[in-house]
Amino acid sequence: MKKYTDTGKQDTRSGFGAGLTELGRTNPNVVALCADLIGSLKMEQFIAENPERFFQIGIAEANMMGIAAGLTIGGKIPFTGTFANFSTGRVYDQIRQSIAYSDKNVKICASHAGLTLGEDGATHQILEDIGLMKMLPGMVVINPCDFNQTKAATIAIADYEGPVYLRFGRPKVANFTPENGSFEIGKGIMLNEGTDVTLVATGHLVWEALLAAEALESEGISAEVINIHTIKPLDEAIILKSVAKTGCLVSCEEHNHLGGLGESISRVLVKNTPVPQEFVATNDTFGESGTPAQLMKKYGLDSEAIQAAAKKVLIRK
Amino acid sequence: MESFVTQVRRDILRMVHKVNSGHPGGSLGCTEFISVLFQNIMERKPGFEMNGVDEDLFFLSNGHISPVFYSVLARSGYFPVEELNTFRLINSRLQGHPTTHEGLPGVRIASGSLGQGMSVAIGSALAKKLNKDSHLVYSLHGDGELQEGQNWEAIMYASAKNVDNYIATIDVNGKQIDGTTDDVLHMGSLKDKFTSFGWDVLEISKGNDIEAIVEGINEAKSRTGKGKPICVLLYTEMGNGVDFMMHTHAWHGKAPSDDQLENALSQNPETLGDY
Repeated sequence: MKKYTDTGKQDTRSGFGAGLTELGRTNPNVVALCADLIGSLKMEQFIAENPERFFQIGIAEANMMGIAAGLTIGGKIPFTGTFANFSTGRVYDQIRQSIAYSDKNVKICASHAGLTLGEDGATHQILEDIGLMKMLPGMVVINPCDFNQTKAATIAIADYEGPVYLRFGRPKVANFTPENGSFEIGKGIMLNEGTDVTLVATGHLVWEALLAAEALESEGISAEVINIHTIKPLDEAIILKSVAKTGCLVSCEEHNHLGGLGESISRVLVKNTPVPQEFVATNDTFGESGTPAQLMKKYGLDSEAIQAAAKKVLIRK
Repeated sequence: MESFVTQVRRDILRMVHKVNSGHPGGSLGCTEFISVLFQNIMERKPGFEMNGVDEDLFFLSNGHISPVFYSVLARSGYFPVEELNTFRLINSRLQGHPTTHEGLPGVRIASGSLGQGMSVAIGSALAKKLNKDSHLVYSLHGDGELQEGQNWEAIMYASAKNVDNYIATIDVNGKQIDGTTDDVLHMGSLKDKFTSFGWDVLEISKGNDIEAIVEGINEAKSRTGKGKPICVLLYTEMGNGVDFMMHTHAWHGKAPSDDQLENALSQNPETLGDY
């Protein structure tokens, strides 16, 4: 199978910080807002270089979303920064009315998504945010897979007119996509061609899917691996083309199986090419404290879980 | 100005009567204020651009008083007055609560879910500062609406960050859907609250008196640019201009019957021409 190399583990939130820093230098309309989490969102460099374009809102996320909406009236491109939990569930109605329904060009940038922020536990580990955001009409939902892709996505969404939810995380994960690569919203990426089973993953589970494909290959199973960084709009063509060949699919995400990427894929499959699907996702549960690796294992999100799901779905073909 | 205000009252009454829904009470209470703001106070550019650079901006946070907003917008040239006839109908740009989604000129944000407008207004005031645009931002909020917590995040922010190109007006009519604001959730002194949050507070005790409004808002304008956001406490009478709609909260969200409409319109004779 095609070989991918981890060039050194990095956190995806630092990819966001690097992308924001570059935008600060290249796009004078980009402004940033934060609700008392500058260090966690890696916004220091942008702030140092563009102090007049940064707004420290304090611990007041609802106000932050409204101020971001207002800043667009005047041509600014606001990037809000806080944890995924406080970027979505806490401020759902503010996003719904003042941003989504009002068609405002706000980029909601959310770190610490999913279980793998680790020890802080379930109050901070949102597993419902993809669902919340994808249900909003007009909202683009992006979950890049590594540092390089998060940086590229951050830069790319500034050129897209409309509300975007950009989801990334805290732990250091494999960095394997090209440095300074391009990013096309809504365009899935074929990472490995295979014939037996399709693995569709988003976020850092893309790397786990690659590890799983490698292990499956050693057992004589040929897995196709697709990186779906954009959950909405979903690249239906790349998925349908793949299952036309493999006849079964495993969706992989650090999110509840209710409302996540997997359900979006199911909708596409049943409308077009019904094939068996297995879900690597959390099973309608809250998280808990632990290390990222422990949580990935306990909640069935790691490479081993993907391998098991692939074998299960193969039997159902 | 009197004739403009009278015509807006007629528009409000006819709009809510036609669809037997909407919020006439608060609309009538703010008719003088919004009319004065658009006709006498705000520097507005012809046409409508969402970005609103080099002009004053207005945000309606208590979106349920959309009838008065739509009437004043139409009669200030943002869209044809005939379109008022489509209020709350299917396929209309004049939704029950204001929205940008249907592209109605003059509306810059959706409002209806309460308590969000002040944050948005502050954001646009910050954009004006970044753009070195010396024009002002105005907003209107219900007094009952201040029970929403997001307001207080915004109120704290605006003074802490010296958002002094912004005038927020509170429609103090003392009433909300379930009764008086004192009965529903007593808020104490709004003047003391805004003052303690670091705002410059100004009161217009005769909030339905055109001269008093002009004088009060001009005073508020003169206090901008001095480091503090400005709060105008506008004391109004809900249902003003229609005797049977005043001194009660009953007309917060209820339309008049045919007979009631006739009575109300007779108190407000046609001036600029009905739509």
